[in-house]
Amino acid sequence: MTDTTGSPDTTGSTAADAPTRHPMTGNRLTAEAAAEGHGFEEHAYDVVVIGAGGAGLRAAIAAHDAGARTAIVCKSLLGKAHTVMAEGGIAAAMGNAYPEDNWKVHFRDTMRGGKMLNHWRMAELHAQEAPERVLELEEWGALFDRTSDGLISQRDFGGHRYARLAHVGDRTGLEMIRTLQQRAVALGIDVFMECTITEIFKTPSDEGERVSGAFGYWRETGRFIVFKTPSVVLATGGIGKSYRVTSNSWEYTGDGHALALRTGASLINMEFVQFHPTGMVWPPSVRGILVTESVRGDGGVLRNSEGKRFMFDYIPEYFKGETADNEEEADRWYEDKTNNRRPPELLPRDEVARAINSEIKADRGSPHGGVFLDIASRRDAEFIQRRLPSMYHQFKELADVDITAEPMEIGPTCHYVMGGVEVDPDTGASSVEGLYAAGEVAGGMHGSNRLGGNSLSDLLVFGNRAGIDAAQTALKSSNQSLQVRDEEVRAAAERALAPFSIAGGENPYTIQYNLQDLMQNLVGIIRKSDELSTSLREIEALKERASRLSVEGNRQYNPGWHLALDLSNMLLVSECIATAALERQESRGGHTRDDFPGPDPHWGGRNLVLTLGDDGRVELRHQPLPAMPEELQDLFEAQP
Amino acid sequence: MGYELKLRVWRGDASGGGLNEYAVQVEEGEVVLDAIHRLQATQAGDLAVRWNCKAGKCGSCSAEINGRPRLMCMTRLADFAEGDVITVTPMRSFPVIRDLVTDVSYNYEKAREVPSFAPTPRDPDGKRRMMQVDVERGQEFRKCIECFLCQNTCHVVRDHDHNKPAFAGPRFFLRYAELDMHPLDTNDRRKLSQDAAGLGMCNITKCCTEVCPEGIKITDNAIIPMKERVADRKYDPVVWLGSKIFKRGDRASREEV
Ligand SMILES: Cc1cc2nc3c(=O)[nH]c(=O)nc-3n(C[C@H](O)[C@H](O)[C@H](O)COP(=O)(O)OP(=O)(O)OC[C@H]3O[C@@H](n4cnc5c(N)ncnc54)[C@H](O)[C@@H]3O)c2cc1C
Repeated sequence: MTDTTGSPDTTGSTAADAPTRHPMTGNRLTAEAAAEGHGFEEHAYDVVVIGAGGAGLRAAIAAHDAGARTAIVCKSLLGKAHTVMAEGGIAAAMGNAYPEDNWKVHFRDTMRGGKMLNHWRMAELHAQEAPERVLELEEWGALFDRTSDGLISQRDFGGHRYARLAHVGDRTGLEMIRTLQQRAVALGIDVFMECTITEIFKTPSDEGERVSGAFGYWRETGRFIVFKTPSVVLATGGIGKSYRVTSNSWEYTGDGHALALRTGASLINMEFVQFHPTGMVWPPSVRGILVTESVRGDGGVLRNSEGKRFMFDYIPEYFKGETADNEEEADRWYEDKTNNRRPPELLPRDEVARAINSEIKADRGSPHGGVFLDIASRRDAEFIQRRLPSMYHQFKELADVDITAEPMEIGPTCHYVMGGVEVDPDTGASSVEGLYAAGEVAGGMHGSNRLGGNSLSDLLVFGNRAGIDAAQTALKSSNQSLQVRDEEVRAAAERALAPFSIAGGENPYTIQYNLQDLMQNLVGIIRKSDELSTSLREIEALKERASRLSVEGNRQYNPGWHLALDLSNMLLVSECIATAALERQESRGGHTRDDFPGPDPHWGGRNLVLTLGDDGRVELRHQPLPAMPEELQDLFEAQP
Repeated sequence: MGYELKLRVWRGDASGGGLNEYAVQVEEGEVVLDAIHRLQATQAGDLAVRWNCKAGKCGSCSAEINGRPRLMCMTRLADFAEGDVITVTPMRSFPVIRDLVTDVSYNYEKAREVPSFAPTPRDPDGKRRMMQVDVERGQEFRKCIECFLCQNTCHVVRDHDHNKPAFAGPRFFLRYAELDMHPLDTNDRRKLSQDAAGLGMCNITKCCTEVCPEGIKITDNAIIPMKERVADRKYDPVVWLGSKIFKRGDRASREEV
């Protein structure tokens, strides 16, 4: 590759006909002033939201409504973020199905599901505000499934005391993202799609340093873009692409986690990675693709090769009081939740995933290395097709399995990261002034394990809060002169172009592949001290190899180059996960240690916090859990 | 089990390009997108392709496979014989950016032209009530994953770029119909859908319905009823009169936008 900067340019937006609109996105472009300054396209906003999933869109809407000039930047086309894939529903104690439900019950379920490691204040705000955030979606055009009296219908999910997930069949995420997307478009918020942020800039401020801008590239052309802004909201989602078997897409490379670290913010709870109990296992090409928990919520059960409903053998002491210990009671629960306890198939995800893992290890698995998820023998075909249309479609088309007639083969798949940027619960602010995080990239809300349905509600509640505060901070600081220095911009551009200048180096796809295997095998569902130590050494070796990446082709829509840039984020985030996992010597939620099989009260009182040292190394410290006020503590003494 | 698949993939950009031939190892149960990914990882690192969920939920990986508009992630190799050559080309109705990636901004521009949902006030308890039967029609249309295969296939714009400014396309007729059938919307978009969105240009050949990966009956359930509603508006004098009499939610109380 010799000429990387002069790649073919299909946009036609040369300096001569500026200002013009970007043909891909319709956004206004300023002309590139080639001779002066950094020479790249530059925009100024009050708030720049990185990410256009539920959290990013909700944050942008809130920031816009609070009076800020707001931009949304995202790696894919608008409407394609992970949120679109969510299936089961949005958890919100609206009390439509069970009037007994209220925020306190939801709060309690969330804390217990997270094994009490959640930030209590986040869990409290989440439970309190989720209902209004859901009703707001309806205001903007969402069409949820209804109860017989016309209210939003609510369905059962694991770990939730009452049926409380607002849903649309099993395509709730699509409904949510489309609604928010249409709202953002109606408000006229600028969207920069297929545009990837690689760096965040800071400037000296009264308190030290604050955010001043961001740097990225258009995927379409490979050209660079600079944002000047006092507020950046990270809403970049998760990290799952670092695992071999995952329900997550190419976008989940932990960009926001890594950007936060490099900007000086801290991450918490990174040892907690959620393996969803039910991913597809066959055929190999679909391994990991999610099978929604609604299958179990709607009556599906798990069986091993002997046909046994094995979950009854795996009810932990902690949940005995609220879990049915026989099939009759479990089956009655679907109709009558007041007098029966929940089926063990609906225990929190960490419990179910571990149980499936044990059955497979004990040679009681299905032919392709999973177990059976059976709804065919329990519900009629019409019910299944109405409640789970997209699962029906997915199995029919991709696996030749008719779920109304035969059981599915399923096994655990990497699904969600509980860990994320450490934020102030009320505002989503990180420790760096002007830097916010909301949604899956933020940490604390879910503790050691997230309950199903609690992510979509989390996106709305904390997206909204972060958007509002980011706008207020920006509007307050408008008189502060923000500096984005040309040298910094040029250095960012050079770093981004580095893979083009190395000939005969490593293939980024190969390194990604190796990383996925490593994380799957050594930092997976069940962890051990020696394997974790090995993983850290191997990550180090991959980092070394990744410093010599080569990419072919030019800068125009080049996935090899994009992956080369994402890889450094994946490696850094993987190192954080392995570091924290090695340190935490207990098993809790989404972190299971073979060598420390039980929970330990000593560890139950502390978070692990990760930062990046000046030498570029990951640093870890212990931090006591924030103390829960007494009136909330009382909620855990009442009832089972 | 596995075999070597012969693939022809269009490579190039706005300035031109052509079909490149590749041989790639594939396994049982794989889909076209798997083959494309393996190609990318082993032989063509810079092969441009969009994808996200790989499960037919996001509508990113639209392309034409042996000339048929489809999602690559939902096209199984098992549907072809092992000896078949599979040809993958970008969607034809949109300008090529590079390889299999096209410039779909037309669709995002059309999305901006649809006046947004404008609901009636909430009920006194702060909630809203709608019956399942009344939301079901709209729900069918909201299954749309915006893969834009219908837009790509519609013969009004396929090979007729000049029609694009005046024609929103099937995806947005779905949207107009959805809002028109929404039990709580207060806008009347019928004139707009006819005039600005070009509903009248559609002569219901059903090409869009045939390629919809979500199986939405675009023509029968959205376009034809919408055309009927437009006709009602045009010729029915009672509608105007009615607007003075009917209550909220009734057709006649909607405000034209
Ligand atoms: C298959 C599946 C089913 C699920 N079902 C449910 C469910 O039923 N209920 C529930 O509550 N949760 C569910 N979840 C979890 C939930 O969907 C996700 O946690 C949630 O959608 C994450 O939303 P987000 O807004 O944080 O991020 P996302 O929706 O993932 O959006 C991230 C955004 O950030 C952008 N981005 C990332 N990096 C960059 C960068 N460097 N530069 C620019 N942009 C960037 C991306 O392009 C994207 O727009 C499910 C998840 C999956 C995978």
